[in-house]
Amino acid sequence: MILSEQKPFEEILGYLDGENSVFILGCNGCAQSSGSGGPVQVEEMKKKLEEAGKKVTGTKVIDFLCEKALVKSGLRGRVDQVAAADSVLVMTCGIGIQAVAAALNKVIHPACNTVNLGGSRGEWRGSERCQECGQCLLDYTGGICPITACTKSLVSGACGGASNGKCELSPDRDCGWELIYNRLKAKGQLDKLLVDLNALDHNKLMPRPEMMSTSRYALEQSDKEVKA
Amino acid sequence: MSLQSKLESGKFVITCEVGPLKGTDIHEVEENAELLKGKVDAANVTDQQSSVMRLGSLVTSHILVQKGLEPIYQLVCRDRNRIALQSDLLSAWVLGIKNVLSITGDLPQLGDHPEARAVYDLDSVTLLQAIGKLNEGYDMNGNELTGKPSFFPGAVVKVESDTEASTELQIAKLEKKVAAGARFIQTQAVYDAGSFARFMKRVEKFKVPILAGVIPLKSAGMARYMNKGVAGVFVPEDLIQKMTDAQDKAATGIQICADLIKQLKPLCQGVHIMAIGWEKRVPEIIQASGL
Repeated sequence: MILSEQKPFEEILGYLDGENSVFILGCNGCAQSSGSGGPVQVEEMKKKLEEAGKKVTGTKVIDFLCEKALVKSGLRGRVDQVAAADSVLVMTCGIGIQAVAAALNKVIHPACNTVNLGGSRGEWRGSERCQECGQCLLDYTGGICPITACTKSLVSGACGGASNGKCELSPDRDCGWELIYNRLKAKGQLDKLLVDLNALDHNKLMPRPEMMSTSRYALEQSDKEVKA
Repeated sequence: MSLQSKLESGKFVITCEVGPLKGTDIHEVEENAELLKGKVDAANVTDQQSSVMRLGSLVTSHILVQKGLEPIYQLVCRDRNRIALQSDLLSAWVLGIKNVLSITGDLPQLGDHPEARAVYDLDSVTLLQAIGKLNEGYDMNGNELTGKPSFFPGAVVKVESDTEASTELQIAKLEKKVAAGARFIQTQAVYDAGSFARFMKRVEKFKVPILAGVIPLKSAGMARYMNKGVAGVFVPEDLIQKMTDAQDKAATGIQICADLIKQLKPLCQGVHIMAIGWEKRVPEIIQASGL
């Protein structure tokens, strides 16, 4: 289980600035359980965006957005609606947002922040990673997370250490910012490279006190001991 | 005349590097300071260069101040969080240090303590923003300072890259650095005046003084090592051949460096000589390049 929560509506509207139409994607997995991106929240988001003057070309809730194959098959039959939109608003965790960004040839916007659960991770097959930073930056980076894709988690752009597109850490690791550059270029969003992002809020990167002391943190719900 | 006044009045400046050693022996730093004083306009003091633990750049910069050689205090984001960085900056100002160079810093894995936790709480751009706030009399969260500094902040850029993405990312980040308050820029080592000229064409619109970085070659092996292991350094094959054929490697390396400085001078606002152990030969390089 990955816990996500919706970003403030004003922040989402800011991402959609200059765009007229949007397609909304929700997730029947963790985002539904989190109350951030299930069918109910997708319907609410559609209403709020329409009230704000945006055209919603369509919505779809898929299980699960973290699986790119499911994203693609889930959108079969909705291709026209997606194509008609300026962008896709993705209402799920950081992994799902990145998987959609990788799977769709469209500009994507994150609608959620992913909240630190203090070490628990879901399992998925893709290469996308989410640090549960609680301040999702994927709108600025083409849907590739700079916190997990860049070894130094740099928010302001590449350091000078890359050679041939690989990180100074190892020739086996891509430079995260070069991936971001190539993605932004492919999506026609290179202007995002010049957006100044705030230094990360490490307070939000920590699990919240209640996460460390409630059953949500202790994911083990069963008190039955397994006897070996 | 300070580095800032020289750059602001359009004079061509010369900077070099002083690298603190591992340990408490400061004789060499003091000797180099004596030797370089009056020959260069300022000297960078490296901060745990290549992630190798050494004497600190703050104290070493202060030694240069005492010796009468203007320091450029290098500050990397790898080892300190925003509280320590801001505090060290305030300390630096109190110790008479005016020039600060904001650097992200190599990963700890490249140095002699690969097990160390990397910090990167700030990066080269957000650190420049923090320096700007300190200059205005506030910390980066807007709390008022009692007594404020007036730093002259600088930053670095890689001139040559091996991918389009890297080239464009460097230029975009340079634009951010200038917007964040960088008032001078020192570059990674350049060996090809042609590609430096192309780079300058693209960045002249940022209207910030650029100091071209040069590293004198000591041997063909050193050139090959840098080509393989140092990001953004590309020594052309003909220079490597020159070094291979040279009888007197040191003289040839210095001559190549001096010739390069002559070619770079009309293109930029200064030169930054990174001698890497050859600090004592910097005056020779300057003389040979006719500066």
